Amino acid sequence: MAMIEMKNLSKWYGSFQVLKDCSTRVDRGEVVVVCGPSGSGKSTLIKCVNALERFQQGEVIIDGISVGAPGTDLPRLRARVGMVFQHFELFPHLSIMENLTLGQIRVLGRGADEARDKGVKLLERVGLREQAEKFPGQLSGGQQQRVAIARALAMDPMCMLFDEPTSALDPEMINEVLDVMVELAQEGMTMMCVSHEMGFARKVANRVIFMDRGEIVEDALKEDFFGKPRSERAQQFLSKILHH
Amino acid sequence: MSALDLSFFNADLVRQFLWNGFVFSIQLTLVAMAGGILIGTLLALLRLSGRSWLALPAAAYVNTMRSVPLVMVILWFFLLIPFVIGRPLGAEWSAIITFTLFEAAYYSEIMRAGIQSVSRGQVYAGNALGLTYFQTMRLIVLPQAFRNMLPVLLTQTIILFQDTSLVYAIGAYDLLKGFETAGKNFNRPVEAYLLAAAVYFVICYALSSVVKQLQTRIAIAR
Repeated sequence: MAMIEMKNLSKWYGSFQVLKDCSTRVDRGEVVVVCGPSGSGKSTLIKCVNALERFQQGEVIIDGISVGAPGTDLPRLRARVGMVFQHFELFPHLSIMENLTLGQIRVLGRGADEARDKGVKLLERVGLREQAEKFPGQLSGGQQQRVAIARALAMDPMCMLFDEPTSALDPEMINEVLDVMVELAQEGMTMMCVSHEMGFARKVANRVIFMDRGEIVEDALKEDFFGKPRSERAQQFLSKILHH
Repeated sequence: MSALDLSFFNADLVRQFLWNGFVFSIQLTLVAMAGGILIGTLLALLRLSGRSWLALPAAAYVNTMRSVPLVMVILWFFLLIPFVIGRPLGAEWSAIITFTLFEAAYYSEIMRAGIQSVSRGQVYAGNALGLTYFQTMRLIVLPQAFRNMLPVLLTQTIILFQDTSLVYAIGAYDLLKGFETAGKNFNRPVEAYLLAAAVYFVICYALSSVVKQLQTRIAIAR
């Protein structure tokens, strides 16, 4: 059964069309990696999934609920979809622990102790137990991104969205974040990841989506995508990012 | 012309003429600051709401207040309020309400800049956690906006403190009025105004030094 389903999604900024008739789906337990040149609409596409970006045409359905429908309780739906951003977006005025407990307390209505216990467990899991009382500005980029993943997981999400989670990181910090993501994928989390990390895609992805100029050009099983991409644009893209 | 003579200035005079005025000036400043920031923040939120039926009236209010001399607003409010509520409101209360409403326009521009200084990604992150619009504002955006703008808010408050002297127009008893009355009583108006200037200077200069320190601290914290 589909966890995330997109049907003929189109979006315009004024007269410029950023997404053109995009359709795809992510099944329960599946890991889908979205790649493509910059400006191809990948980030916009993934932000449409939980309606951080509005779209004008088409439909997104998460766990059977239509995101764009007028009656949908968006905050409630978003609370069940974890999201990790390129620039981490931890809340700089709150401690690491407060970052982890804010949503649990304010959105899920958990008690402070329960939220804290959960926060401690998740920080342990991403290897940052010692940093709980620090502030985001005191952590490295890789550490911040791991906290951001923990913050999303604290909400017990049914699926996770990653918007270029390693693009803003120094090279030596990319792996510590990817390791956490690989572990998550292997535990069966449903994941949609905008990423250029082809090593990560090879390791855990079920499918790879290639986007260019707002269109989904290729949507293939991992083996097919890396074996013999059908579109010329995808071939060019792969040759550029793989042959270094 | 006789030389300056400050001998009339003593503790007794402070108690008799100045203290009440000083207290009122501080009260007026603090109340107008708190009320102004509160109303100003609401105005800023309305202006940034993206809904023209909320944004336009708020913008009209802010622009009107910022285009009229404060002393005129003070006078008009004082003269008009008896017609509206049917009885006169004391000069002190009239001043407190006027200053709050007037300063709200200035504080709202500061808060608007502050809210815009918080990156869009922070709003995304709050929304993605499932926070509502108001929760995201209250818990994520406004605390950061407030922190970023603290030096500017305080600078505006220093200007507000100086402007409180304009209540002379409606005869409210503030710090300046205290000095003026003392000067008249001892027939030493020049000395009294000179001392008044010195007191305003010391308070404002001390506050602006605090602002300077805050600015470096916030710069470091970023």
